[in-house]
Amino acid sequence: MTGLVADPVPHASPWKSAKVVAIKDETPRAKSFRLALPEPVPHLAGQHCVVRLTAPDGYTASRSYSIASPPADPRELELTVERLEGGEVSTFLHDEVAIGDELEVRGPIGGWFVWEGDVPALLVGGGSGVVPLMAMLRYARLTGKADLVRLVVSVRTPDDLYYSDEIVGPQSTIVYTRAPPAGFARPPARLAPEDIPQPIAAGTRAYVCGSSGFADAASHMLVDLGVPAQQVRVERFGPSG
Amino acid sequence: MGRFTRGFAGRGRAERDPRLPPGQYDTGDRWPVLTAEVTPRVDTATWSFTVDGLVAKPTTWSWDEIHALPASTYAGDIHCVTTWSKLGVNFSGVSVDTLLEAAGVQPTASFVLARSSTGYTTNLPLADVTGGKAWVVWDYEGKPLPVEHGGPARLLVPHLYFWKSAKWVSGLQLLDHDEPGFWERNGYHDRGDPWLEQRYQGD
Repeated sequence: MTGLVADPVPHASPWKSAKVVAIKDETPRAKSFRLALPEPVPHLAGQHCVVRLTAPDGYTASRSYSIASPPADPRELELTVERLEGGEVSTFLHDEVAIGDELEVRGPIGGWFVWEGDVPALLVGGGSGVVPLMAMLRYARLTGKADLVRLVVSVRTPDDLYYSDEIVGPQSTIVYTRAPPAGFARPPARLAPEDIPQPIAAGTRAYVCGSSGFADAASHMLVDLGVPAQQVRVERFGPSG
Repeated sequence: MGRFTRGFAGRGRAERDPRLPPGQYDTGDRWPVLTAEVTPRVDTATWSFTVDGLVAKPTTWSWDEIHALPASTYAGDIHCVTTWSKLGVNFSGVSVDTLLEAAGVQPTASFVLARSSTGYTTNLPLADVTGGKAWVVWDYEGKPLPVEHGGPARLLVPHLYFWKSAKWVSGLQLLDHDEPGFWERNGYHDRGDPWLEQRYQGD
């Protein structure tokens, strides 16, 4: 098998100082931070950035966050950050950072978990794993390629659904595993094969993002549904605080 | 020094473990899983490991044959580029030195490209996998290495960031030049020394 071949992206990416220009509550535990970059930096849907916090004595803490915004305006990036209790960086971003603050960022990074609008894409996300997939859906809608994309998102409850005002649409399927909203026909249950829109078009590339357990279950489900393993790209969100 | 972040004091510096490279934190009992592909189902009945490229004798071992080689263990720390480190871990398997000696490295070889059954690749200077610095391992803490962590066998190069320790490793190719692997073509560093924070190209 030679599935893992990606485009070369061999360039250095220096730290840049970005200004927080907007903060939006996505859910009770997730916020989106819109950052204005000092100079235009194009990105691809699915890439991530590193955010570095520096204390006055030079101590630093860095974490990677997926870019939620589509490749549209290279002067801005939007990162969605889940607040992890005890997480040094995410709690600081949630509790302390205000509009006008400067944050050091590096990136965009990653040439594998990206979608450039060239092939049909089946996007399967669990919880906060929807963030890079949302960049892909937004990009598809912006470029008139929404027909190429199907998105399946698994969340526990409506309170855990990011981008709820925007994510719904003919491209999207929402799966609730614990408590669906009132009037929702599907009983609460984990993601099942029948939740995946079918038939899956030939040549579809799948992008799976979520916790390790979710990513394993979903990626094997897609292979069992006939997607070749080398057409499944996986990004796992580990606990990174 | 660069600018600092308004309001950020950080935490935990006083008790910072000296085994932690810069920018890393101790993940404790957890072992996060980070892979880019579908976890493969690798059967030890058909498993094999091959050393080829610039060698005197390309050599392939079956699961039983590689277990018959002299055992070698690693006790120490591992460091992932995503900023977690895991301290005081124990792996056992076989030293890469043993495998390279059997195949006979040609004098022109200076790099290796490790490959996995998934198609994953990662590149390393030859000097980073010789001299007791690298292993093919199948046991973790005395038990079979779990599949999500690269079982049945993975490469272990613990002095470099852990993406160099290819999961589901299936072979090493000896080269006279550096050939970027999967993450290296995607912006990550060609060597990946955690003590120098060689995370991305240009570090």
